[in-house]
Amino acid sequence: MEIAIAIVLGCCALGAGIAMIAGIGPAIGEGYAVGQALTAIARQPESKGSVTSTMFVGCAVAETTGIYALVIAILLIFVAPNTFVGIMQRALG
Amino acid sequence: MNESVTADMSTGANTAKTEQTPTRKRSKKDLLIDILLCAGMILPLLFAIVLKVLNRPAADGIEITGAMIYLTVNLPLQPLYITEAQVNSWAVMATIFFLCLFLTRNLKVRGTGKRQIVAETVVKSCDKLVRENMGDRFASFAPFVAAIMALSALSSLSSLIGLYPPTSDINIVAGWAILVFILITRAKMQGGVLNYLKGFTQPVPFLTPFNILSEFATPISMTFRHFGNILSGVVISTLLASALQWLSGLVLGWIPVFGSVPWLQIGLPAIFSIYFDVLSGVLQAFIFAMLTMMYVCTGFSEEDYNARMAKRAARRAAKAAKAQEK
Repeated sequence: MEIAIAIVLGCCALGAGIAMIAGIGPAIGEGYAVGQALTAIARQPESKGSVTSTMFVGCAVAETTGIYALVIAILLIFVAPNTFVGIMQRALG
Repeated sequence: MNESVTADMSTGANTAKTEQTPTRKRSKKDLLIDILLCAGMILPLLFAIVLKVLNRPAADGIEITGAMIYLTVNLPLQPLYITEAQVNSWAVMATIFFLCLFLTRNLKVRGTGKRQIVAETVVKSCDKLVRENMGDRFASFAPFVAAIMALSALSSLSSLIGLYPPTSDINIVAGWAILVFILITRAKMQGGVLNYLKGFTQPVPFLTPFNILSEFATPISMTFRHFGNILSGVVISTLLASALQWLSGLVLGWIPVFGSVPWLQIGLPAIFSIYFDVLSGVLQAFIFAMLTMMYVCTGFSEEDYNARMAKRAARRAAKAAKAQEK
């Protein structure tokens, strides 16, 4: 029983870590968006305001997948262990 | 037009001169009301802090937990929980309400005070933002956008005074996102309910289930974006605080009395909270409001609006022509 609980807890932590690999995608995407915005501002400094606000909204949308990964990682750390251990204790007695 | 404005201004100047004596008489009452409004701004937040301190379980160490449950109302289907996040968001709402009352007292055409200038700047900039992003036909959305932006920003900033930020509870943000979803659906239905339903089968009828899914993905992604950003800030600053506590125990723990205080916790977390609490919170409020505007605005496009207006005008003209014929 103890070994089973230990395996569940360890797998939850590992899963949370693996889920956060998804952070790579938004980072690359947002970096690209910010770089392009900088190019645009360098070409047309007068359009700085609108470029910046549009860039923030675009970054927020690109961030969505990363936030999903974060939510899943937080669920795996704070919520899943209790649930899984409870299920196991009910099943195995 | 110009003449009327100058006339207005001159009469305003006259009345200002004549009203000088009564304003001086009223000043004591004015001051009292101002103090009451300021108290109304501060007291709800103080009340929330006191409630938190009273209900906090006596446990040493720093823990990452959800919102505390203050009160449980037993309802037939499911008990209704009044949580810390809800109470804090009500406190923030009360603060914003009294702040608005405070800023909009004694509005004048001429001889404006500092308060009125602040209020006018806020209203004008918000109106400009909405008109730029949504077009003039959605100008009536400005108060809603301003309200949701102020509520979100102040809710996130309330973590600066030690409150549990309401935006790091998914229920609060989900409530706002559902409200925005209703507004988006309403904007889409303004082009006709049948048109709205037809929009689901738009590129190919085969894609209908995916279109319905993506319709529900909008509020969910808005919720998770806001909630995840604020929650990650809360988690990271809590981890940082506990790490600093451990570190100061390790470095200064050997000194008898001096070492029992976690000295490294003073000041250092504030530097990180500049990003996680202040910048991230305000940015997320702006992004939530921007996305609200975009979704509502694209729900009912300008061409649809113009076509609908043209159709209505044509129908009206035909009716008028018929009436004339009779």
